[in-house]
Amino acid sequence: MVLELYLDLLSQPCRAVYIFAKKNGIPFQLRTVELLKGQHYTDSFAQVNPLKKVPALKDGDFILAESVAILLYLSRKYKAPDHWYPQDLQARARVDEYLSWQHTSLRSCCTRAMWQKMMFPVFLGHTVPPETLTSTLAELDRCLQLLEDKFLRDQPFLTGPHISVADLVAITELMHPVSAGCRVFESRPKLAAWRQRVEAAVGEDLFQEAHAVVLKAKDMPPLDPTLKETFKHSLKSLLQ
Amino acid sequence: MGLELYLDLLSQPCRAIYIFTKKNGITFQQHTVELLKGQHLSDAFAQVNSLKKVPAMKDGDFILTESVAILLYLAHKYKVSDNWYPQDLQARARVDEYLAWQHTTLRRNCLRALWHKVMLPVFLREQVAPEILAATLAELDMTLQLLEDKFLQNKAFLAGNCISLADLVAITELMHPVGAGCQVFEGHPKLAAWSQRVKAAVGEELFREAHEVILNVKNCSPADLTLKQKMMPGVLAMIR
Repeated sequence: MVLELYLDLLSQPCRAVYIFAKKNGIPFQLRTVELLKGQHYTDSFAQVNPLKKVPALKDGDFILAESVAILLYLSRKYKAPDHWYPQDLQARARVDEYLSWQHTSLRSCCTRAMWQKMMFPVFLGHTVPPETLTSTLAELDRCLQLLEDKFLRDQPFLTGPHISVADLVAITELMHPVSAGCRVFESRPKLAAWRQRVEAAVGEDLFQEAHAVVLKAKDMPPLDPTLKETFKHSLKSLLQ
Repeated sequence: MGLELYLDLLSQPCRAIYIFTKKNGITFQQHTVELLKGQHLSDAFAQVNSLKKVPAMKDGDFILTESVAILLYLAHKYKVSDNWYPQDLQARARVDEYLAWQHTTLRRNCLRALWHKVMLPVFLREQVAPEILAATLAELDMTLQLLEDKFLQNKAFLAGNCISLADLVAITELMHPVGAGCQVFEGHPKLAAWSQRVKAAVGEELFREAHEVILNVKNCSPADLTLKQKMMPGVLAMIR
């Protein structure tokens, strides 16, 4: 039974897993779970991941959730080149540090920035109060500053001289507000230069392919009204 | 210069590191950073961690933040016994899965429970509306159910038959609402049994030592106005 990856490329962590698997030639069966159609709430998907989230991995009987865990599992199982998740103690610690920090910082504000700026108005027909959006974008700005000052500094990549899973996780997050029209890189030459390096290391074609869905998100049709109730609870936290 | 750990046992992630190092006989110099005195906001500590948070680790010139990264670094460097972070691919993935999941779920809800129930009213003399506290405790309860159903299931420990980093990180989180007077294990007999196993595996004395501060937190003195103003923005960001 071949490896199965349950993904929706609308989701940042799914893009990181997709890029990693493709870049490393890991054979897998893609199972698309369309978030905007509420497919992650179905009973059949709950059999795969009771947490009702993507990405999810199914390797024979072994099911794994959480993109960070999936990336590390794939890198170990398929013996990806060392730079993705280095053996060196300190180099690895830097990657672990980033992967840990990002959950409650960059990930959180990139998701909220994209939803508040674009998804709520376009997909849900709901305008978010201007103060909320302003506050979220200010938070995003502070996170981007931290990303530059604490992690990137004067290095080519976030955790050192070579691309690692930390860069994949970060770049896919940043493409979320980019897709909503946020000018993430325009006033940040260091981050812009890092982005170029990451795209070149990943490969332009693969990068485009992974981001095709999210970059078209602003043109999507509005939510099917019958699904509104399904989404209500999960959307509350996106409005902070 | 040996290993230095900047800790305040008030903090859950600090407790996990403290227990792990003591249990594994890892010698270190402890620098206590008293959060309730605002010591994490000092210029001196900013030299160690510009993010102004504990825990932080200094190993010679190498500074590391993020408790998960620190725990993994220590586990690798000091070649601790395999159960803490198993070599086996799938067992390790289970630990990684928990360590990734907990940031935005159990950690978040345990922090909010402590602050909404005790710290905001007692330490910062800020009233918390009963509906807010009720909502926080309800969310904590849902997370505890997930912890039981998805992670623990019918296993002895979260990732298998033996205690691992996942159990340390989880138990120290749960002691936060316990310190606030929440009956965390009521209605969750599986979790109660698991917590006894974890305490036994850690050692009762070490467990008690690590939790003395949090179990006494209800008796903390209120902050003076200057300290309150200094700490408020960080507190609000932390428990959002």
